[in-house]
Amino acid sequence: MKTGNRKLQEEKVFKDPVHRYIHVRDELIWDLIGTKEFQRLRRIRQLGTTFLTFHGAEHTRFNHSLGVYEIMRRIIEVFEGKPYWQHEERLLCLSAALLHDIGHGPFSHSFEKVFQTDHEWWTRKIITGDTEVHHVLTRMGKDFPQKVADVIEKTYPNKLVVSMISSQIDADRMDYLQRDAFYTGVSYGHFDMERILRVMRPREDQVVIKNTGMHAVEDYIMSRYQMYWQVYFHPVTRSAEVILSKILQRVKHLQASGYSFKQPPLHFQGFFDKKLSLDDYLQLDESVTLFYFQMWQKEDDATLSDLCQRFMNRHLFKYVEFDQHFVMNEWLKLQELFRKAGMDPEYYLVIDSSSDLPYDFYRPGEEDEERMPIHLLTPDKKLRELSRESDIVEAISGKKRTDHKLYYPKEWLDTPGYENEKQQIKDILQVHDGKTDTKQ
Amino acid sequence: MLPDHAKIMTLLNDAGEIVGRKKLQKIVYIGKKMNLPLQEKYTFHIYGPYSEELTLRIEELCSLGLVTEIKEEKAGYYQYRYTLTENGESFLEKFPMTWPKEQALGIIQLLNEYSSKFLELVSTMLYFDELPKNEVENKVHTLKKSQNYSSIDIQAAWELIDTLKHKHGTRYDKDRKS
Repeated sequence: MKTGNRKLQEEKVFKDPVHRYIHVRDELIWDLIGTKEFQRLRRIRQLGTTFLTFHGAEHTRFNHSLGVYEIMRRIIEVFEGKPYWQHEERLLCLSAALLHDIGHGPFSHSFEKVFQTDHEWWTRKIITGDTEVHHVLTRMGKDFPQKVADVIEKTYPNKLVVSMISSQIDADRMDYLQRDAFYTGVSYGHFDMERILRVMRPREDQVVIKNTGMHAVEDYIMSRYQMYWQVYFHPVTRSAEVILSKILQRVKHLQASGYSFKQPPLHFQGFFDKKLSLDDYLQLDESVTLFYFQMWQKEDDATLSDLCQRFMNRHLFKYVEFDQHFVMNEWLKLQELFRKAGMDPEYYLVIDSSSDLPYDFYRPGEEDEERMPIHLLTPDKKLRELSRESDIVEAISGKKRTDHKLYYPKEWLDTPGYENEKQQIKDILQVHDGKTDTKQ
Repeated sequence: MLPDHAKIMTLLNDAGEIVGRKKLQKIVYIGKKMNLPLQEKYTFHIYGPYSEELTLRIEELCSLGLVTEIKEEKAGYYQYRYTLTENGESFLEKFPMTWPKEQALGIIQLLNEYSSKFLELVSTMLYFDELPKNEVENKVHTLKKSQNYSSIDIQAAWELIDTLKHKHGTRYDKDRKS
């Protein structure tokens, strides 16, 4: 027996508000949870800036990772002894479920955009580099960490294993929809997971659903659709994220131009030099980032100071819809007017886009989205693609919804000075202001 | 307008026209691997490296009337044709940007001559370029089983990668996976 295969003397449980209990019997999993890299996830919120919109959304990637592990454990319980399932993949699936978000940093989306880094790359480094996680994983064999990284990266040869953690119905989504709904307090996001788990079946290259479970899956897909537009793409959350990205962009610019910070961005130095070590990366979490934002409110640079005050005190940007009616000339004119009125459009006039495809199926030859469909298993063991059986799913299949918004500091337009320019800005923006959300 | 949008517009301008969403995705990925200053983030999907960010950026450019997307029916499926509009061209003329003009033109025009299926192969091989050659080929055979790439295809892909790395004078970026 490999040393990683050992069982704990007695089962450990974590109390969890979504799944009631999270059960751990494997020493490998218990020890992975105890690593410093995994514990770091306690200091990274699952939903980034969403807490500024839904104040309950303070849950972390630690909670979510344990939840994905628990769902994976329960899927495997259903799969054991069934055709296509290989018992020896069990710990690989559990480890990948637990570690799938290990590379996330604080406010990942904004950091990745400004510093051209990505959490998937760090996930691989944490799993295969010189870390506590890596040392625990190697108890299962020298090549085990690489296998875990391949599953998370969707390049592992056994596609069934990959689909359990990353597909249109997987352990990751089933946890985050329920968990995010619970913590934000919204009434969307609920579906009958117990039912779905009971009707999941392993097949070659994919997880399929017994057709008797179709209605539970319909509910899951509609929940997902609603969560994306009501929670994940909420315009106020996006406003906070726009400001956060602009803070980082400003710091990057100031650093490059030799600005003398009162509070130098020491923890971000590796990002500027493009020499960020794994240790440096692991030092970063939300508490560190927010410390800097707090301090930078007092910087001499007016833009950095203003953006940090906006973020810390939730004085966010407002928005107008930015669609095909917003012609290019208006956009260029707006930029010019902002400049004339002393407001840098690079930081204060920002387009942000969101897009989601609630469900898609593969059409041979088509070059659109790149997703594996959900298949239903009929009593005669045939596979039927979900949207061909379900009218509800068919109605939203392949229908991408995209939303572009233009964010700007609305209250500034009513301050004294440059009245003529500000009036022209208002005139342009008001034409597109039909859906402006004033909820803050 | 952000510089990253302008870079995608320049790429389209260099290509003249790109037919197919998959082809556009792969050209940008391969260009990025050849160290063109492109920032879109990629992850591995069914057809190989894919960037949701690029999809969104193109939608934004279409909304602004700077790029046109023409949907065409072809043998039972749809394909999309991308070109820069006149507004897009005049906008680019005014937009100051650092772009390795000659190198980019060579790479983009060369890639645009190939089919999207072949570019899927090339981009998949580049995605695994940290691995030894034989392991890259194993990855292609395991992950791209349904595409039935032959050894001739794979050899041609190696040759194209070699041409891109050496003849077009870009610094090839092996560490830049996504």
